[in-house]
Amino acid sequence: MSTGMEQLYQQLILDHAKHPAHRGEQEAYDVEVHHVNPTCGDEVTLRVRVDGGSIAELTWTGQGCSISQASASVMAQAVTGRPVTEAMDLSGEFRELMDSRGELPAAWESRADDEDDPLGDAVAFVGVARYPARIKCALLGWSAMKDAVSQAAGTEETR
Amino acid sequence: MTTTLGAAELAAVRADFPLLTRTVRGGRPLVYLDSGATSQKPEVVLDAEQDFYTQRNAAVHRGAHQLAEEATEAFENARAQVARFVGADEDEIVWTSNATAAINLVAYAMSNATAGRGGAAARRFALAPGDEIVVTELEHHANLVPWQELAARTGATLRWLGVTDDGRIDLSGLADVVSERTRVLAFTHASNVTGAITDVAPLVARAREVGALTVLDACQSVPHLPVDLHALGVDFAAFSGHKMLGPTGVGALYGRRELLEAMPPVTTGGSMVEVVTMESTTYAPPPRRFEAGTQMVSQAVAMGAAATYLGELGMDAVAAHEAELTVALLDAVSSVPGVRIIGPTTPEHRLAAVSFVVDGVHAHDVGQVLDDAGVAVRVGHHCAQPLHRRFGVAATARASAAVYTTVEEIAVFREALAGVRTFFGLED
Repeated sequence: MSTGMEQLYQQLILDHAKHPAHRGEQEAYDVEVHHVNPTCGDEVTLRVRVDGGSIAELTWTGQGCSISQASASVMAQAVTGRPVTEAMDLSGEFRELMDSRGELPAAWESRADDEDDPLGDAVAFVGVARYPARIKCALLGWSAMKDAVSQAAGTEETR
Repeated sequence: MTTTLGAAELAAVRADFPLLTRTVRGGRPLVYLDSGATSQKPEVVLDAEQDFYTQRNAAVHRGAHQLAEEATEAFENARAQVARFVGADEDEIVWTSNATAAINLVAYAMSNATAGRGGAAARRFALAPGDEIVVTELEHHANLVPWQELAARTGATLRWLGVTDDGRIDLSGLADVVSERTRVLAFTHASNVTGAITDVAPLVARAREVGALTVLDACQSVPHLPVDLHALGVDFAAFSGHKMLGPTGVGALYGRRELLEAMPPVTTGGSMVEVVTMESTTYAPPPRRFEAGTQMVSQAVAMGAAATYLGELGMDAVAAHEAELTVALLDAVSSVPGVRIIGPTTPEHRLAAVSFVVDGVHAHDVGQVLDDAGVAVRVGHHCAQPLHRRFGVAATARASAAVYTTVEEIAVFREALAGVRTFFGLED
């Protein structure tokens, strides 16, 4: 296998794909969204409950390639329990990683070693950014989260 | 007995395709098994387009100068080349931007007839509530969605024939689903997913019995099999240039002459008219009635060159070569543990396009591992979501061959496929 492939399918990604975090269908939720990737048929259904401006609970189900499944898993771990604004920032940072063309941005260099960094595991996705066709796979869970969380936060404000 | 392409002939064919010599992913020879999505182009096709622009470029069907004459001749000669290639008459071939546009042309002409356009002659195309349009579950979205839309616009009902477990149109329900109420029967000549080749005769026979129009999606058959549209007896057929070694941006609609003559236009404007006053317009006879505005002349010329190239190889020989590739592809995919074919598992009445799923590995990931070995396949639902739903899968990987594909390439594909489950840590 080529180096590109080893970087694309890092062990951490394969582990997340095999044992995804926060996979399920929580009973209590404010918003449920369903996002699809029409070019490959990948899909994710995501439920979220926002409480006091923070993501109290988030679960997801879906089918798709190992990249999309692992990314949804890492996303769910990263944002659960965090304020909505912080979750949106993390999403923006992940997007920057996807736009890096496979060169780890300087700001990301120490993240993998920082146990407290919510995007520590996300560093493994740098290899995805080398394969333009796969970036949308990695973004599927994140876009579902942004959609659901912004809807839920909006609802909470008007409650 | 038809002879296939010999080793020397095949090598000569490959030498005609400049792109096939390039490498991918760090120097690996390209193994292009995605011809079902789009084919590669031989030099004669590239040259035809270049030659048109460097020697003959001018507006066609107008102008009194020599270039205009030569451009018009090249354009109409291409129409004749394509017509001859599919067993049609010249004036039965309408240029379209692609096959999807060709199918939509028929659907929108029927809409216009329903709205009263085209006068008494076009009434045979008008639909009303109670009428039925029949498609199949095997269809590419291009031969499904336009009919859903036509049904929604006219109040007609959309019905469909199912698919058998081996990926063929299920004809057991033909007499029931296609009835006196059926006005259109649209179906594929060969599935872009399962590779199954349709037995056209019983479908055409049933449609004629009930007075329904037949619309054949011939995108996957025309590049790979000898196709004689007059002999098949269909009313309309659609196919694209880019899948038959021609360029993108051009396709063709075949329509039986008397039908095209009776059909109202869809896109209107310049070039498709006879007499225009401020109040009203009379329209040119087909095919020009359906070719409004400046046409894709250079692409049409190149599509004509592609038809001639294939015709000179001989479609019997092309089909015989691809039949060998079908056997090799089926053997390759079946020989790898944990891989399941979606479609016929034996080579009869089947194209060299094989879709499959790998247990425990998503099609996208399968495609990525194959790509790393230089093997290009298609992954996803191949614009046939209902068919994938029918088989309970979200996505498949598809290896599809063309005249320039070799059994050696299929061996490289097999080797790479055998490594997929290992790569993802799955046992055999």
